[in-house]
Amino acid sequence: MSKPLKQIHLAAHFPGVNNTTVWSDPEAGSHIDFSSFAHFARTAERAKFDFLFLAEGLRLREQGGKIYDLDVVGRPDTFTVLAALAAVTERLGLTGTINSTFNEPYEVARQFASLDHLSDGRAAWNVVTSWDAFTGENFRRGGFLPQEERYSRAKEFLATATELFDSWDGDEIVADQESGVFLRDAKAGAFVHTGRHFDIEGRFNVPRSPQGRPVIFQAGDSEEGREFAASSADAIFSRYATLDAGRAFYSDVKNRLARHGRRHDQLLILPAATFVLGDTDAEAAELAREVRRLQVSGATAIKHLEFVWNRDLSSYDPDGPLPDIDPNTGDTHISKGRAQVRMYRDPLATAREWRELAAANGWSIRDLVIETGNRQNFVGSPETVARTINDYVQSDAADGFILVPHITPTGLDPFADKVVPLLQEQGVFRTDYEGTTLRDHLGLDPLPRS
Amino acid sequence: MSPAAPTPSSSTAPTSELHLAVALDGTGWHPASWREPTARPREVFTARYWADLVAEAERGLLDFVTLEDGLGPQSSHFLDPDERTDQVRGRLDAVLIAARIAPLTRHIGLVPTVVATHTEPFHISKAIATLDHVSSGRAGLRVQITARPNEAAHFGRRAIPRIEAYDSPDARETVSELFDEAADHVEVVRRLWDSWEDDAEIRDTATGRFIDRDKLHYIDFEGRHFSVKGPSITPRPPQGQPVVTALAHDTVPYRLVARQADIGYVTPHDTGQARAIVAEIRAEQASAGRADEPLHLFGDLVVFLDHDPAEAASRRERLDTLAGEPYTSDARIFTGSPAQLADLLQELASAGLSGFRLRPAVLGHDLPAITRGLVPELQRRAAFRRGYEADTLRGLLGLARPANRYAAATA
Ligand SMILES: Cc1cc2nc3c(=O)[nH]c(=O)nc-3n(C[C@H](O)[C@H](O)[C@H](O)COP(=O)(O)O)c2cc1C
Repeated sequence: MSKPLKQIHLAAHFPGVNNTTVWSDPEAGSHIDFSSFAHFARTAERAKFDFLFLAEGLRLREQGGKIYDLDVVGRPDTFTVLAALAAVTERLGLTGTINSTFNEPYEVARQFASLDHLSDGRAAWNVVTSWDAFTGENFRRGGFLPQEERYSRAKEFLATATELFDSWDGDEIVADQESGVFLRDAKAGAFVHTGRHFDIEGRFNVPRSPQGRPVIFQAGDSEEGREFAASSADAIFSRYATLDAGRAFYSDVKNRLARHGRRHDQLLILPAATFVLGDTDAEAAELAREVRRLQVSGATAIKHLEFVWNRDLSSYDPDGPLPDIDPNTGDTHISKGRAQVRMYRDPLATAREWRELAAANGWSIRDLVIETGNRQNFVGSPETVARTINDYVQSDAADGFILVPHITPTGLDPFADKVVPLLQEQGVFRTDYEGTTLRDHLGLDPLPRS
Repeated sequence: MSPAAPTPSSSTAPTSELHLAVALDGTGWHPASWREPTARPREVFTARYWADLVAEAERGLLDFVTLEDGLGPQSSHFLDPDERTDQVRGRLDAVLIAARIAPLTRHIGLVPTVVATHTEPFHISKAIATLDHVSSGRAGLRVQITARPNEAAHFGRRAIPRIEAYDSPDARETVSELFDEAADHVEVVRRLWDSWEDDAEIRDTATGRFIDRDKLHYIDFEGRHFSVKGPSITPRPPQGQPVVTALAHDTVPYRLVARQADIGYVTPHDTGQARAIVAEIRAEQASAGRADEPLHLFGDLVVFLDHDPAEAASRRERLDTLAGEPYTSDARIFTGSPAQLADLLQELASAGLSGFRLRPAVLGHDLPAITRGLVPELQRRAAFRRGYEADTLRGLLGLARPANRYAAATA
C-alpha cells in the first residue's frame, strides 16, 4: 500500500530586511506602510496559507563600521504590526520572531497572550537567540551572552513563559453579574520560577488565551538549536530548502523527537524558500537570472565577498577576478548584526573553493556571487513549481515552505493565483480553512488545559 | 458653584474649543461597573469589545482614547496586590489593543499606557512608532512608572525599595528616581523616533543604495540607568513624534510632564486648585527650557452622567453598595447631567486647562453619555468640534509636526 499523501503547509514571509528583496523594481512598494502588510496578509489568507511570518533584527546591520545601505533597511515592531494585521484578516496565523536575549518573560508572555486573544487564537512565536554585544548596545541589560548561554537562557525563557501561559487554567473568569463573582480563583495567574536566568514570582495578568499559548517556532541550526527545537518547538523555520540538504536536516531533526518523548508529527519542518514563476519553464529561468542580477549589484557582490574575506574589498572591481589575498581570520568581523556570517565557518576553505570555481568558469566577482548565492528555490511554470514543491514534501525534504517573494508587497499574488489552485487540484493543499486557530491549520493537537 | 442648572454666563462668555479624551479601562472606573447591564464583562478580553468602545468614542469626535495598563493584576491597594474575586482582574497589553483597533478607525487618537520602569525604551519606541505607522499618524503613549514591589518581582531584575510612608525622605527619593528614569526613558524614545530623517529612504538605483545612511543617526544616549546606541530599526513615524502624555499629581511628576510631555493629565478638584497646578507646571516648564513649546494640560475627572442628575447620583450609590464601600479617586468624581458637566469643564478650563480626559465610571453607560450627551451640549456652546479637522493626533491637538532634531543639527 502506498503512503498516504502528506498535506502541504504554506506560509508567507513578509519580505523585509533581507538580500532577496528587489526594491528597485518599479512594482516594489513600501516595506513599512501598513497598506503593504495588509495587502500581503490578505493575499496569504486568500490563498488559505497557514500563517504570515515576520523576521526580526534589533540593530541595523553594519559593515566596515557603517550602516549597511544596499538592502531594505527598517522594519516595524513585530507585536504591533501583527496585532494590526489581526484586524484585517480572520484566519491567517500571525508568527512573530522575538528574541529571548533582549526581552523578559513576563512582558513577552503578556504580549503573546494578548496577541492570541486579539486574533482569536492565531499567534505564533519564533524564538530566536541573538548572538552579539553589538545588538546588546540598544538595551538596558546591554552586553550579550556567549553561544552556550544563549540557548540556556532561551530554554529557560520559553519554559518560564510557558509557566506564565499555564498559570491560568482557562475557566477562572466567571463574571457573574448577579452573584458578583468575577474570578473563580483568587490565585489565578500565580507563578513562581526559580532558575539560573530568571528568579521571578507573582501573578500573570492575562487570562489563558484561545490557543493556550502561541505556537512555538525555532530557527537555530546548531546542535543546541536542533535539540532545543526537538524538545520544545512545534515547528522549525529552517534554511534547508534544497532536496538533499532538506532531507538530511529533516531526518536529523525528526529522529531527535523520540528521545524527548514526542511523535514525528509534533514538529513541522518549514524551510524558507524563494520562487520565480513564468508562463513556461524557460521564461521562468530567464526571469530568475534577471532577478539574481537585480539582487546582486556590483556593490552588493563586493559586500558579499567581504563576509568571507572579512576585510575591506572596496578597491576591487566587481566585474574583475576574485582577490588573491587570503581572508582575514581575526576575531572581529567586518560585518555586524547578521546571522549569515556564521554560514562561513572556514573562510580560508570557502575562499579557495570560490577562486577555483571562478577560474574554472571564467566568472567575475559578481558572477560568482550570483552563481553561488541567492539561487531561487523554485523556478518554473506554475505546474513545475507546484509539482516540485509537492515532490519535496512527499519525499520528506520538508513539511511545507515559508515563501519569501522578492517583490514587496505584491510578490505573493502570482503564487496565490497560479500555484495554489494546482496544489489544491492535486489534493495536497486545503481549499478552505477547516479550523479557526493556527494550531488547527498546522494539524497540531489542541493543548490540554493545565 | 451651583451644580443645579446651566449658568447663563457660561453660554454668553467667549468660549474656546476644548479637547476631549476618554480613559478606557476594563468595564469602567468604578470597581463594581462590571455588574451593570451595559458592562459586557465577559468580553473584555476580546478585540470586538475594544473596537466597539473606540468606535463609540470616534462617533463622538473625541480627540483620543487612552488605554490603561499595568505589569501586574489590578489591585484595590495602591502598592500591594489583593486577592479579590469580586472585581475585574486581568488585562490585555494596551499597545496591542491600540494596534488591533487602529485599522478599524480613521480619525481618533490611540494612546496606550506604557510602564517605563521595567521596559526597554528601544522596544517601546519602535512599538509606538509602529502604532503610528499602522494608524497613519494617530499614536501617542501615556508613560507611567511603577513602585510596586510585586511588579518588580515579575521581572526580577531590580529591587525597588518598599515605600512605607509617602512623605518620608526615602519614599521621595525612590519616587524621584523612578520619575527621573522615566524621563530618560522618554528621552531615548524621542531620540529614536528622530534617529531616521524623514527622507532617509532614497532607493537610488544608480548607486544601489536603499537608504542614505547619513540621514540615520546614532542616538548615543548615556544616562544614570541605561545607555542606548540606536538608531531605531523602525523608520521615523508619520507624526515625526507621536504624542507623549503623562498623569501627574505632584511636583516630581509635574517635572516629568514639564520636561518630556505633550499632554499632562492633572487632577484638580476645583478651579483654584487647577490654577495653582497650571502655574506650577508652567514654572517647571520654563525652568526645563521648554517655555515656548506647546504643552497641553488636561483635567482628569471620573464621570457618572445621566440626563437626570438624581439618577446619576443614585447610580453611584447603587454601585457603591455593590462594591461594599464608597468609591474614591485621585480625580474629582462628577455626578450629574451633561449640561452640568459642560459647565464644570468650561469653568475649570478658565484656569488654563485646554482639555479633559474623562474616566467613565461605567463604560457601557457613561461613554455613550459623553459622546451623545456631553458632546452635543459642548457643540451647542461652540466649545467642541463638529467634525474631525485633521487626520493625525497632533493635528487634532493643534500641535505642529516637529522638525527632526538631528536633521536640524546638520542643516
Ligand atoms: C532560517 C533562520 C532564520 C532566522 N531568523 C532570525 C531572525 O529573524 N532574527 C534573529 O534575531 N535571528 C534569526 N535567526 C538566528 C537564530 O535564532 C540563531 O540565533 C542563529 O541561527 C544562531 O544559532 P545557531 O548557532 O543555533 O544556528 C535565524 C536563523 C535561521 C537558521
